[in-house]
Amino acid sequence: MLVPVSWLREIVALPDSVTSREIAERLVRAGLEVETVDEVGADVSGPLVVGRVLSYETETHSNGKTIRWCQVDVGEGQPRGIVCGAHNFAVGDLVVVALPGTVLPGGFKITARRTYGHISDGMICSERELGIGDDHAGILVLAPGEGTPGEDAPQILKLRDDVLDIAVTPDRGYTMSMRGVAREVATAFDLPFVDPVTDTLREPADSGYPVRVEDPVGCPSFAAVTVVGVDPSAVSPRWLKRRLQLAGMRPISLGVDVTNYVMLELGQPIHGYDRALLRGPIVVRRAEPGEKLQTLDGVTRVLDPDDIVITDDSGPIGLAGVMGGATTELSDRTTDIVVEAAYWDPMTIARTSRRHKLSTEASKRFERGVDSQLQGFAARRVAELLVELGGGRIEEGSTLVGVMPDREPVRIPANHAGRVAGYDIPVERSVRRLEDVGCRVSVADGTLTVVPPSWRPDLRDPNDFAEEVIRLEGYEAVPSVLPVAPPGRGLTPDQRLRRLVGRVLAGAGYTEVLAYPFVGPADFDRMRVPADDPRRRAARIANPLSEEEPLLRTTLLPGLLATARRNVGRGMTDLALFEMGAVFLPKDGAPAAPRLPVDHRPSDDEVAALDAALPDQPRRVAVLLCGERQASGWWGQGRQASWADAVAAARLVADAAGVALELRAADYAPWHPGRCAACYVDGRLVGHAGELHPKVVEAYGLPARASAMELDLSLLGMRTSPVRAPRVSPYPPAKEDVALIVKSDVSAADVEAALREGAGELLESVRLFDVYTGAQLEPGTKSLAFALRFRAPDRTLTDAEVGAAKRAAVEEAARRTGAVQRGA
Amino acid sequence: MPTNHDSSALTDSKLSEDSPLHPDRVNRMRDEAIAAITAAKDLEELRAARLAHAGDRSPLALANRQIGQLPPEERKDAGMRLGAARRAVSEALAARQSQLAAEHEARILREETVDVTLPWDIEPRGARHPLTTIQERISDVFVAMGWEVVEGPEVEAEWLNFDALNIPPDHPARTTMDTFFLEPEHAGVVLRTHTSPGQARTMLSRKPPIYIVCPGRTYRTDELDATHTPVFHQVEGLVVDEGITMAHLKGTLDHFAQEMFGSGIKTRLRPSYFPFTEPSAELDLQCFVCRGASVGNPDRPCRTCSSEGWIEWGGCGVVNPRVLIACGVDTEKYSGFAFGMGLERTLMFRHGIEDMRDMVEGDVRFTQAFGWEA
Repeated sequence: MLVPVSWLREIVALPDSVTSREIAERLVRAGLEVETVDEVGADVSGPLVVGRVLSYETETHSNGKTIRWCQVDVGEGQPRGIVCGAHNFAVGDLVVVALPGTVLPGGFKITARRTYGHISDGMICSERELGIGDDHAGILVLAPGEGTPGEDAPQILKLRDDVLDIAVTPDRGYTMSMRGVAREVATAFDLPFVDPVTDTLREPADSGYPVRVEDPVGCPSFAAVTVVGVDPSAVSPRWLKRRLQLAGMRPISLGVDVTNYVMLELGQPIHGYDRALLRGPIVVRRAEPGEKLQTLDGVTRVLDPDDIVITDDSGPIGLAGVMGGATTELSDRTTDIVVEAAYWDPMTIARTSRRHKLSTEASKRFERGVDSQLQGFAARRVAELLVELGGGRIEEGSTLVGVMPDREPVRIPANHAGRVAGYDIPVERSVRRLEDVGCRVSVADGTLTVVPPSWRPDLRDPNDFAEEVIRLEGYEAVPSVLPVAPPGRGLTPDQRLRRLVGRVLAGAGYTEVLAYPFVGPADFDRMRVPADDPRRRAARIANPLSEEEPLLRTTLLPGLLATARRNVGRGMTDLALFEMGAVFLPKDGAPAAPRLPVDHRPSDDEVAALDAALPDQPRRVAVLLCGERQASGWWGQGRQASWADAVAAARLVADAAGVALELRAADYAPWHPGRCAACYVDGRLVGHAGELHPKVVEAYGLPARASAMELDLSLLGMRTSPVRAPRVSPYPPAKEDVALIVKSDVSAADVEAALREGAGELLESVRLFDVYTGAQLEPGTKSLAFALRFRAPDRTLTDAEVGAAKRAAVEEAARRTGAVQRGA
Repeated sequence: MPTNHDSSALTDSKLSEDSPLHPDRVNRMRDEAIAAITAAKDLEELRAARLAHAGDRSPLALANRQIGQLPPEERKDAGMRLGAARRAVSEALAARQSQLAAEHEARILREETVDVTLPWDIEPRGARHPLTTIQERISDVFVAMGWEVVEGPEVEAEWLNFDALNIPPDHPARTTMDTFFLEPEHAGVVLRTHTSPGQARTMLSRKPPIYIVCPGRTYRTDELDATHTPVFHQVEGLVVDEGITMAHLKGTLDHFAQEMFGSGIKTRLRPSYFPFTEPSAELDLQCFVCRGASVGNPDRPCRTCSSEGWIEWGGCGVVNPRVLIACGVDTEKYSGFAFGMGLERTLMFRHGIEDMRDMVEGDVRFTQAFGWEA
């Protein structure tokens, strides 16, 4: 809502000393979002005056252009000679002259300059040059008597004004009117408010234009007044046009301008019909399926049965509350006007506006709810203004179909506002503040009985009234008191684990990314995910930002891969990235979420039904590595990231959770079929780690051997019982190395497990320290060298004991994995 | 070097001057030994000197063997004399040994000097995203007061995201213009547009008193640009307890602001509208950089608050009793307050981030600047 301050001052008797900025500040404190205070015309300065054209000579120049060489009286005794390119004026006309030294909008400086063989001593201005309109076909000609030569033109043109731009919140529809804003200003400055609405005119009537409302729910009130004999050549006076302009609307014609003016003034949108074009009575009803209407913007719209239409015998002539139709539009031939002021159901208008993607000044007001008792008065006000400005007369009789009743009184405890605010607000203050906003209030037995005004549909609940009192008393009056919470339980184990994992990975050199969860089929293709893989059954967004990425991620890897690609593209090729976040796994055959009521708590079953409609949303952690894991430098060659780093990252996460990770070779996209470990905890598959498939690496343009890991944190589990402390033996260890030859496809983990099992409880640790394949071995075999460390808790081991344990270990490895001790 | 050997000279010795046990000979052997030890320049030479003057075949050792051949009455004196000389040599050796060893060690250490300013960036530096660490930081502020941290699902039932929060079915926010809907479109499932459904879930699942913060990811259908992102983060707070008022809201926000931006920082509430709170307010934070000193002072402009003195931070209010009713809270007994703010925006003014995309794209240069804690 754009509010010209001069208009505001006309309604509220603000002292001259109050600046526009002060008005804005007070309104902000009262809850109106004044976004800017625009000093319109502040960029115009210098001698901009009224002039009278005394004479002119028409000259045609060699460039084919015809100009007028004018003598203009600007109140200086001597006329000034001015060259003008326009031809829409006559001798004796009053015009606006920018004398040398004037600065026009846009920083346009006027000087005396030589042009077309004359010294042009100023400029005769068009509306556009003055910044008060679009018209540039000719210069602006003032009406006779609008001014005298030499008079300050900005004053006459109302060029300068301050305009408040107020962003209207959904609950404050009444501030989409001068009436509503003025009420707030009067309250904010503690000045009397004189309501421009002086009468309600709420008597039902049917003596005007015939109107039948078939849908009283959609249209509870419809007023019509007819004006006849309006001079079709009458134009809007300058003050009216200027106010419309400052309020952001374009002046069109007297008829249209007056309806818009009253809408701005009172907040009630008005529609005018050319009576000569109406066919039979006006009927208000819901649209029929497939019915069409050409609206004033020239668009032919197919109507929905939920839309309300205004019709006559010819069919729809207006889309109710949103936009009128083309067939009955006011024109420069209109003399008889049927003025409509109606109350439309806000929800219906909101839906219609949205459905037709048509948001208008009218629909914005009806959506929020206009004053439900203003229709008769507003129609009458328009009619009176039309007659005042355009002649003619108001026809006898009027129409008012449907009258909205008074609001029901609401009873609230007298101290309610104070109890909500947290400080004592005397009852009389509450009453006064509620009266300020237009409520009728009576007090009895500690209870306020409040009848909210017809223009405040937002005031329904006790807290709505409390807010009015508290905001007008000033939010700054509310004290600051820190509430004391009962003892809390701190972070949950799951929250602690996620913090720990984040820190551990950052400590291990990984950088966190937070990728969008939007993916598309192309991601799965690039990742070589098979066609029947469940990961492709992703939840789909009905209205995605990009048609390429309509799905919600079922794995964190696409986001990491895309982020890695972006970094590589920017020259960062050595990367270690991690992400922690939810993936979305739709449940097969999930039901729709029920639409539950809001007037009571839903049952536990109903809440469970909401959850049943949602996908599973487990949290995962994933890493992606490429380039050097350890940098090359003055110390020598670095080390490329490999599958083993990805596995190490999985171990870091498992360690953070305090669970043991078990690895098995796996073939799972997007990993390299020979370099992928499936990760298990207690036999549960929790994720994968390893080197990415070379084709995947290529598809994302990453350095060769890029590796990745992804674990499901919710499946990982967490150590729940305290760690059992080990007994630390003070006796010396016995160290034994053993090299075992096994077939190439035997896993080191299996051999190690066999050694552990066989060696028994004297074994303290076992560590693989070498893997050898080559000429000294048979093809298809490899040698695994392990360092075994034995120790007893209570004694120094004898050679015989150590020898026996080692033999048992080797024998178990031989039994389970076919291992042969090398050199034995 | 000990020099007390003269006092041990026996004046009435009957020993021949040729005897190795004669005091003069003993003194000479001792002096030669000490001279050699003193002259040793390094541990190698000292080893040679030890062998020559204190070894089994050194003159003093050989002399010692001859004590047995002396008449018994002379053995004691000769033994004492020789013993004193050998002790003196041994002490000299030990002293020189430790001196040379120390010099040796010092030289080795000197030779091992390195340029400690050489870069050692062999291990990559990791970092956590500032959006993560600010969530933790905020959570910690509230956990310290006994509040708990609640997170709900990002894909959420429409009823919890809207209806339960007094956002009726025809509310403009509930269109595809603002909200992502999951298919099928009438399944009633959306990407949550705020973290408030987590609050509704909490009220549905437990009895007051409730003191919670809900940090997390939220979604709206904005295209990514310098100031918008379709995927963003919020933190919201909710208190439901007996006798909760706007004053408690104000006290909590003041405390929160001070914990995040420095002691003495104030907050300001401006009346506003949200469906889920009534009364509602916009929350402004006093500029933590200029603390208002830039207002009307062109000589000291403030980029953080655009010289306005206040920074728009979030929204808040008294929980609308309609929300409490939908979530099964007894409004006769309990009232509550709630607040919420965008974390991207918070980071932008807290750290001078000028482009939203920097927080979204995952460029490691951006994130690594924040290290482990923002």
